Amino acid sequence: MSAYNVMAMSPFIAGAVAVVAIMLGIAVRRSHRASAAATVAAFALMLACIPVAAGVAPRQVTPLVVIDAYALFWLAIIFGAGMATAILARDYLRVRGGQPEEFYLLLLISCIGAGAMVCSRHFASFYLGLEVMTIPLYGMISYICSGKRGVEAGLKYLILAGAASAFLLFGAALIFSEAGTLDFVGMACATVNYSGSLVVLAGLAMVLVGVGFKLSLAPFHLWTPDVYEGAPAPVTAFMATVSKGAVLAALLRYFSTVSPDTFMSLRTAFSLAAAASMIAGNLLALRQTNVKRILACSSIAHAGYVAVAFLALGDIAAHAVAYYFAAYFAATLGAFGVITLLSANGDLREHDAMEDYRGLFHTRPVLAAVLALMLLSLAGVPLTAGFLGKVYVFMAGIRAGLWWQTGVLVFASAVGLVYYLRIIAVMTATPKDGDHACEVLLPAVSSAAKGLLAALTLAVLWMGIYPAPLLRIIEGIHLSAH
Amino acid sequence: MTLTAIILFPLLGGVLAWAAGWKSAASARRIALIAAALQCLLVAALALRLRLAPLAGTASPWLAELRMPWIPQIGASFHLAADGLSMAMLLLTAFLGLVAVLVSEGASGRNGGGLHLCLLSALAAVSGVFLAADLLLFFVFFEAMLVPVYFLIILWGDLREDRFAAALKFFLFTQASGLVMLVAMLVLSFLNARATGQLTLDALELRGVPLAGAVALLLPLGFFLAFAVKLPMVPLHSWQPVTYAAIPASGGIILSGVMAKVGAYGLLRFVLPLFPAASSQLAPWAMVLALAGILYGAFAAFAQTDLRRFIAYSSINHLGFVVLGIFSMNGLGQRGAFALMVAHGCSVAGLFVLAGVMERDGGSRDMARLGGLWAAAPRLGAFALLLIMATLGLPGLANFVGEFLVLLGTFQASPRIAVLAALSTGLSAAYALRFMQRIFFGPRRGAEPAADLSGRQAVAALLLVASLLLLGLFPGTMLQAVNGVLP
Repeated sequence: MSAYNVMAMSPFIAGAVAVVAIMLGIAVRRSHRASAAATVAAFALMLACIPVAAGVAPRQVTPLVVIDAYALFWLAIIFGAGMATAILARDYLRVRGGQPEEFYLLLLISCIGAGAMVCSRHFASFYLGLEVMTIPLYGMISYICSGKRGVEAGLKYLILAGAASAFLLFGAALIFSEAGTLDFVGMACATVNYSGSLVVLAGLAMVLVGVGFKLSLAPFHLWTPDVYEGAPAPVTAFMATVSKGAVLAALLRYFSTVSPDTFMSLRTAFSLAAAASMIAGNLLALRQTNVKRILACSSIAHAGYVAVAFLALGDIAAHAVAYYFAAYFAATLGAFGVITLLSANGDLREHDAMEDYRGLFHTRPVLAAVLALMLLSLAGVPLTAGFLGKVYVFMAGIRAGLWWQTGVLVFASAVGLVYYLRIIAVMTATPKDGDHACEVLLPAVSSAAKGLLAALTLAVLWMGIYPAPLLRIIEGIHLSAH
Repeated sequence: MTLTAIILFPLLGGVLAWAAGWKSAASARRIALIAAALQCLLVAALALRLRLAPLAGTASPWLAELRMPWIPQIGASFHLAADGLSMAMLLLTAFLGLVAVLVSEGASGRNGGGLHLCLLSALAAVSGVFLAADLLLFFVFFEAMLVPVYFLIILWGDLREDRFAAALKFFLFTQASGLVMLVAMLVLSFLNARATGQLTLDALELRGVPLAGAVALLLPLGFFLAFAVKLPMVPLHSWQPVTYAAIPASGGIILSGVMAKVGAYGLLRFVLPLFPAASSQLAPWAMVLALAGILYGAFAAFAQTDLRRFIAYSSINHLGFVVLGIFSMNGLGQRGAFALMVAHGCSVAGLFVLAGVMERDGGSRDMARLGGLWAAAPRLGAFALLLIMATLGLPGLANFVGEFLVLLGTFQASPRIAVLAALSTGLSAAYALRFMQRIFFGPRRGAEPAADLSGRQAVAALLLVASLLLLGLFPGTMLQAVNGVLP
């Protein structure tokens, strides 16, 4: 392994070392504060290693992994999201007692897994990354085991994610039986060469089922509201962002080598899944009365939006998906961040019922304003990041001639507006009597969390008002065949 | 730079007012008033300067412009430009902004600073709409003006109305149709890029993109839909009466006086120049829709007992004339539409001032319970009489000029529609006079407050009356502004 390879892999090496160091630290002396601080520092170190890796990119390290601009962009937003989750989790876990230190190990490992997925150019590394990302999630979802909801959600996720992984593996095995290789390029060539083969088609379909589950695309979305509701708020934030983004990023790399004309049937199926997610997600969200469930349904819809961009394939899709997810990461983390901070409360309850938000503009104006901004960004209102995300998805759809999908996207976005605005309207309503007692209970938000929310707010506005610098980076990404 | 200042200045004033609002509502209102007055001066000064010294010797259709790169990756630039039409609309915006702040409900206990922030940021966004020469930039301002209006309705709206439903309906209608327009814009840009290899969203550069097939009709329809909702045109108007009923009067001045005109402005600025062929193809249909709006608005206004809903339907009636003028496709009709846009802006703002005065301190706005108000509030009565005369198109007041020119232009295009539209002016007289009689004459029916115009409201009323008279007696100045913009 040459020094260049070490440099290319340095973000991962830093992360792995940090995991071991923090674990040993916990063994010596338990300190929530130290664990959380070390985790944030580890993420900062991993982020700092990205420019180092960029110096030697693009570079293939072993047949499994490739470090290129695309991978590094995704690594940056995954590690950033991980860092945000760690900051939020500290406030959330601090009031809940127990033994919160190991949570951060799970978080770090999960992020490393997600990172491995976006760098993978081989099915083996893709699958390993997926499992390394998913298995810690089981623990994270049920980390607060005092209540029933968390355990139930963890179990549900465990069983369904296991089934999805099995589909993925079986699908890959079917493709392997024809292609004789698990390399993405080789597999993609096989899908072109054997485009008449039923085995390859079945394999691809099964891969898409597995991936559809992870992305919570309809009709594989039914688990999402339950698990998002049951998981602790910071974990929900992490699932809604990192675990979705990484899967889609890896999938896009795989499909970018396939010409869009192969497998029209598969394309149609994916289009239908995208349209179904957009419609089902938004319609389901209309009927929810729990803010976490609303955001869960909205994440189903967003998976559908981004799937439209994905269908454009190639560089256009890569740029649209990258920008869309950058915007979506910031807004989702911000929204769940506010929920987390409201739930970091003495009464140890998740503050996720719609009633908890009544009059928030009067009791906690700053948090309410941040949440409102994030919701407007998710709704795609101009001057926020989400708007340009939508523009990018529209452009990708138009360039690829995806007319009816774009039409559904317009319809679904309009419906989506209803429930985002409903949360905002509830927040502006006059508070109930006796809210002053509640105000006393609300803890002071830690300065780290304040800084995080401020940064996310700035990011959402900056990406919405002057996105040219970020787009310059994104347009530098080329998803060519390796 | 001045163009950017026109957009940023109200925003700055709004933020200052909001900050001051934490200490006292009165100082917030004072700061907002100063900002709105300075904005008027700023726009007026720019208009004078451009009139005295237009850009000499250039082929550019703009009097002033500013162009900076914004998002080159998708072809969008920060391109602000002003010609006679946009300067006139900017003047109207700044003027009605001043009126709105003059009569704002800032004195009520519910954080007055926030109210003024919403009012002034709405002004900033509308000013941006009238200046944007880039399609994406236009769209950003077009949608950004929804947010302050949304908050105006849900935070300071009329407690007797279902504010949340009204605000949602308003946002939803505009946003949904706006998204259709956004897709149309992007498709147009894409077709242009495919034909010329140049990625741009600039409104001027996109003129003359070769369109064929279904796209040639669907794209203009996408734009038309968004502007028709904004105006609103029948049958896309159902958001308007509820929104007008729920919004605070000061917000209503901006919403009805200026934002409704954005729809007409968009038709003139984008739909006609970008799609000339399709526009003439669609013109007869649009004129029929406009006529339907004129008749429907008149009949519905006659049937209303609620003051705010009366304003809403009479607006639909007048804006029907505006659309009629625009799609008469000749200079006369379009000049008339432009004059009527300005005139209706002033008269509808006056009606909202009137509504604000009558609703003060929980006063009723139910016409069935009002009556004989003249004796109690003679100044208000006189003001209302003048507004009603303007509304029914009395010669000498601004609306007459517009309606007359629109009818002349329409007659050239379609005599039948012109005759029907001309007959409908009788209906306007009916609903307008009935309104006056019910509220101000006859016996007193309920326990309505005998409030008359207060100091600030009187100033606002005087300003509006003066402008209606001036524009009605000397329409030439106003019409000169659009020479060279309209055919």
